[in-house]
Amino acid sequence: MATYGTGKVDVGQGGAATASADEIARFAAIADAWWDPAGEFRPLHQLNPTRIAYTRDAVARQYGRDPLGPRPLRGLGILDVGCGGGLLAEPLTRLGAQVTGIDADAKGVKVAEAHARMVGLDIHYRCCPPETLVAEGAAGDYDAVVSMEVIEHVSDPDAFLAACATLVRPGGVVVLATLNRTIKSLALAKIGAEYVLRWLPAGTHDWRKFMRPSELAAGLRRAGLTLTDITGMSFNPLTGTWSLSRDLDVNYLVTAVRAG
Amino acid sequence: MNDRADINGRDVSAEPGQAMDVDVVVIGGALVGGTLAAALGQAGMIVAVVDAADPRVVADASFDGRASAIALSSRRLLEGVGVWDLLGNTAAPMLDIRVADAGSHLFLHYRHEEVGDEPFGHMVENTRMRQALIQRMDALPSVTLVAPQRCLRLDRSREGVRAHLADGSVVRAPLAVAADGRSSPTRDGAGIDILTWRYDQIAIVCTVAHERPHNFVACEHFLPAGPFAILPLLGNRSSIVWTERAELAPTIMGLDDAGFSRELRQRFGDFLGKVEPVGPRWSYPLSWHLAETAVAERLALVGDAYHGMHPIAGQGLNMGLRDVAALAEVVTDSFRLGLDWGAPSVLDRYQRWRRFDNMLMLGLTDGLNRLFSNDIAPIKLARDLGLATVNRIPPLKRLFMRHAMGVVGELPRLMQGRPL
Repeated sequence: MATYGTGKVDVGQGGAATASADEIARFAAIADAWWDPAGEFRPLHQLNPTRIAYTRDAVARQYGRDPLGPRPLRGLGILDVGCGGGLLAEPLTRLGAQVTGIDADAKGVKVAEAHARMVGLDIHYRCCPPETLVAEGAAGDYDAVVSMEVIEHVSDPDAFLAACATLVRPGGVVVLATLNRTIKSLALAKIGAEYVLRWLPAGTHDWRKFMRPSELAAGLRRAGLTLTDITGMSFNPLTGTWSLSRDLDVNYLVTAVRAG
Repeated sequence: MNDRADINGRDVSAEPGQAMDVDVVVIGGALVGGTLAAALGQAGMIVAVVDAADPRVVADASFDGRASAIALSSRRLLEGVGVWDLLGNTAAPMLDIRVADAGSHLFLHYRHEEVGDEPFGHMVENTRMRQALIQRMDALPSVTLVAPQRCLRLDRSREGVRAHLADGSVVRAPLAVAADGRSSPTRDGAGIDILTWRYDQIAIVCTVAHERPHNFVACEHFLPAGPFAILPLLGNRSSIVWTERAELAPTIMGLDDAGFSRELRQRFGDFLGKVEPVGPRWSYPLSWHLAETAVAERLALVGDAYHGMHPIAGQGLNMGLRDVAALAEVVTDSFRLGLDWGAPSVLDRYQRWRRFDNMLMLGLTDGLNRLFSNDIAPIKLARDLGLATVNRIPPLKRLFMRHAMGVVGELPRLMQGRPL
């Protein structure tokens, strides 16, 4: 869903304030479809609980909170880079965080805004890349920066990681999810998901841009972040559920902290 | 940290006549609703429990004369939600279960040692359990017991529910739970039909004192009118569940104390010496019912609002508590992920988890009652041979015993003795 930095969409066009009622209704209808767990984005809805749990635990751990307690992220400011329709931003908000969601895809942002309004959640969405926030002086503004399945779409991963590292406050945490570049990920995530199972539109991913954990670790280091955890995600086709695992071959998540 | 905050972290207040925002509103705060509130509240969810009865009255022993069999898995649930300890030592263990058919020497004797170290279950007096639940709800900062108070109307929509209370206040939540019993106005208000029939039987319930100790053996005598259960309480006392033909009930209930004692002794026998009823007697009509669905938009049914069964196997409350453990698990799993815990996908998981188990137990208890509540010679012979056969085949007997303990099937975490 995330389409950060591919340059195919116009950035910064319009906002909720200027949107017509007609337009709001149109995006609300799209939001309904995007948020249908059995609909178009079913694979993402299946993946979501595992991503949320990992993110919640990583951020809670960094701030000494009990991840299973009520609203463990209360009061924390989180930036969701590549928020898409808000599938991660909304749960993080319910867990107590004040979430800002940004995405380069204007449609995604409008859908996210429409859905947050429908469910009564207070989330700040914007259509912009993270560099815009850096340029506006938001350096160090966020307790956590999260970005799920975005970096593999980015043309300059180093610049992207540098922006994330700048936006998180010293002592804060960055959580990323991406895909490994292995024969297994070519078979499963590219050919399997796009052409065989049709989970994703063909051409969603460019396998050559997938990052090996070692490459991502090196990039994080260059950005001044310290890698503290790498965890894989595995899909069980029988139950249709994902779980955290030690298998990093296809989908994996990382936690990195900025020195305090 | 402020625990009384709504989904967006806003503070909420519970002033009379005002709107109150909570995570879950539970309609009905008796044994099942109270346990659910304790489970959700312990996980940090903000819960409002609306109960029509006055907490000062329900804690009185004359309010409910029944005692309930708490299976091993139910005990684990009560331990997990901090209620078991509050019962103190008022729960009587059932070490053995003896099942006998009237006038037959063939019987079935279940010894708990055959399946492990744990007793089959405990007998707990309902009023004791309600006292413990009220105490627990009071101790949990995120649980509010709104009682005595009636829910006049429950409005449900895609976004959430609004419970309109008799004092004019409104409780808003993403999820409502109907735990308001057999005749559940919440269930009826939601337009959920039930499949039901009345047994031509009533249950007479009382407590007896006896001369000799019961040694914590529960007895079930199958008499032609229906099962007669002698369930151990603390001391030389037992709780009696006496199933009787409906047409005889008014006569028996109308007897003076001496007459009632005579009738009781005839069925009880003299194996515990002299037997005397103590305290009042109650009678309850017996029926069977099952709601056509356990869930509707932003609503879940639990306990008697969902199903009711013959007390022959002592499973009614246990099945209700299984509903509680399953619902608490799916709801808190979503709550902890920041997902919408009243969404159709969550309620679907609850329904799929409970439907089969409940139908199986409803069918089983109904079948047992039909099998045993008669005196037709060939059926009697067959069931006596059946009892004796089960007694002689250890694996089959162990399976039945594990069923009685409630440890068969996919158990919710709380019923496995694990944290929620």
